[in-house]
Amino acid sequence: MPQLDQDTAEHKTAHGDGPSGAEVDGAIGGLDALDAPDAGPQRSRGRRIAAAVLPPIGAAVLFIAIWQAVWAAAWVPEHRLPSPLTIGEVFWGLVETGQVWELLWTSVHRAVIGFIIALAIATPLGLLLARVRIVRAAIGPLVSGLQSLPSVAWVPAAVIWFGLTDASIYMVVLLGAVPSIANGLVAGIDQIPPILPRVGKVMGAGSLANARHILLPAALPGYLAGMKQGWAFSWRSLMAAELIASSPELGDGLGQFLHNGMSLFDMPMVITGILLILVVGVGIELLVFAPLEKVTLNARGLRKS
Amino acid sequence: MAIALENAVQTEVAVRLEDLHKVFGTGRQAVTALDGIDLAVRPGEFVCLVGASGCGKTTLLNLIAGLEQPSSGRITLTTSRPAVMFQEHALMPWLTVHRNIELPLRLAGVGRAERAAKVEELLSLVRLEGTGRKRPHELSGGMRQRVALARSLASAVQGSADGKHALMLMDEPFSALDAITRDLLQAELLRVWRATGTAVVFVTHDVREAVRLGQRVVLLSSRPGRVVDEWDVDGLTGSDESAAVDTIGAKLREVISTHAAA
Repeated sequence: MPQLDQDTAEHKTAHGDGPSGAEVDGAIGGLDALDAPDAGPQRSRGRRIAAAVLPPIGAAVLFIAIWQAVWAAAWVPEHRLPSPLTIGEVFWGLVETGQVWELLWTSVHRAVIGFIIALAIATPLGLLLARVRIVRAAIGPLVSGLQSLPSVAWVPAAVIWFGLTDASIYMVVLLGAVPSIANGLVAGIDQIPPILPRVGKVMGAGSLANARHILLPAALPGYLAGMKQGWAFSWRSLMAAELIASSPELGDGLGQFLHNGMSLFDMPMVITGILLILVVGVGIELLVFAPLEKVTLNARGLRKS
Repeated sequence: MAIALENAVQTEVAVRLEDLHKVFGTGRQAVTALDGIDLAVRPGEFVCLVGASGCGKTTLLNLIAGLEQPSSGRITLTTSRPAVMFQEHALMPWLTVHRNIELPLRLAGVGRAERAAKVEELLSLVRLEGTGRKRPHELSGGMRQRVALARSLASAVQGSADGKHALMLMDEPFSALDAITRDLLQAELLRVWRATGTAVVFVTHDVREAVRLGQRVVLLSSRPGRVVDEWDVDGLTGSDESAAVDTIGAKLREVISTHAAA
């Protein structure tokens, strides 16, 4: 027969605080061991990398195989659907002449500079929107609305204001990226459990210390998601701007390359351009944002690794 | 008994509440949460506030913590800034256990070496040695609540470095835990309280918990919150303890049943 309450009562200390110290000591340790969440079985590093890398490679191979088969069937004229090999040759030509680096540099450095300016504008804007009620009431809907306005729509206005210059291009990039980043930060701050700033206040944090130690780190996942989307918007706005506002003074970026391909009716060039744009977008996402996001979410236990 | 206690603590008081009122809203929508609360807590005393929903227990803690301002009445604190422990652990999910406990010390501008030593001491006090590098999501509910306890202690003890008494306000800190864990944590809390000598104001709706933990149990009525009665339950064991639980429970039911008629 297990012990009943009457029996254990004898173990109580003079203060009537239930089980004795030694009992609690053992029991606490046991509970901790039983209750602590299990990290789960860890797969080896090699297998994890294989599991991440092999499926996309398989998908790419399958895609190229289908493409090759469709091309070989000759359903579509060659000038509309070139073979994968032709694209490979055009690409290799770009690499051999070094033109590919010029194209990438022109576009990527524009996108990065545009993104950094966007970040510098969007961060204070997002903080204001999230924390100052009147600002939010006044321009909150506008900023959300701007996010759904395709930034290509700004290209004509930008060209009329600034002509075919870098300024036009940056304006289009900023109008694409700033609303996304600001909205991401606002969402991140809105999702902070209200108990956390209260805890800060109870511990004697002023509003600055609260922002620095609690609000900003707590909003980081949402902010990062906004940055990621902001980068995607920068990149696609830039391509739209380069494609439409193409002129010799602006130098040769990927958008101009694509535009030239269209003018020359050169399908291999057009497809190569599209692939390069895709590669840069995916590459930045994988090399910059994915690791940042992984670290942030893992630290908060928001993600099963 | 209540009067005798008042006289005894006249000399030394950690918290004194005098004719405390709190009204939310204005005009016809005004709700009186607290209606003339008088209460004194001695340094190092463990007081449990018991009451049904809507008795303003949480409001009372918020007032003492300075999170809200009373509509009228006076709060006198001779202690350092009160530390608060909530029902949720409210740990910062991006900080390790060590950094979480350290946070109140960082905010108070304590130096790095002193912080590290203090955190180690507190970790061993709540029996969580070796978990300093873990994150809250890697811990069980009971462990998280102990980290929260260590953080409150860091905050309470930090303030009392200048010779002032420490005060902890606890708002149903164990009510979200399973029964086994709650039972063990109650024992832990008593041990920690004795070891640190901080005064505790502990809010709960569980009479058994109040009698087990507190030296004094204060019963509050609901809507508006008033002090109905209080009992000295220090050192009760066995049948005395059960009798106290029965008495307070009966009184609580009596208070609640007045609301059925209204």
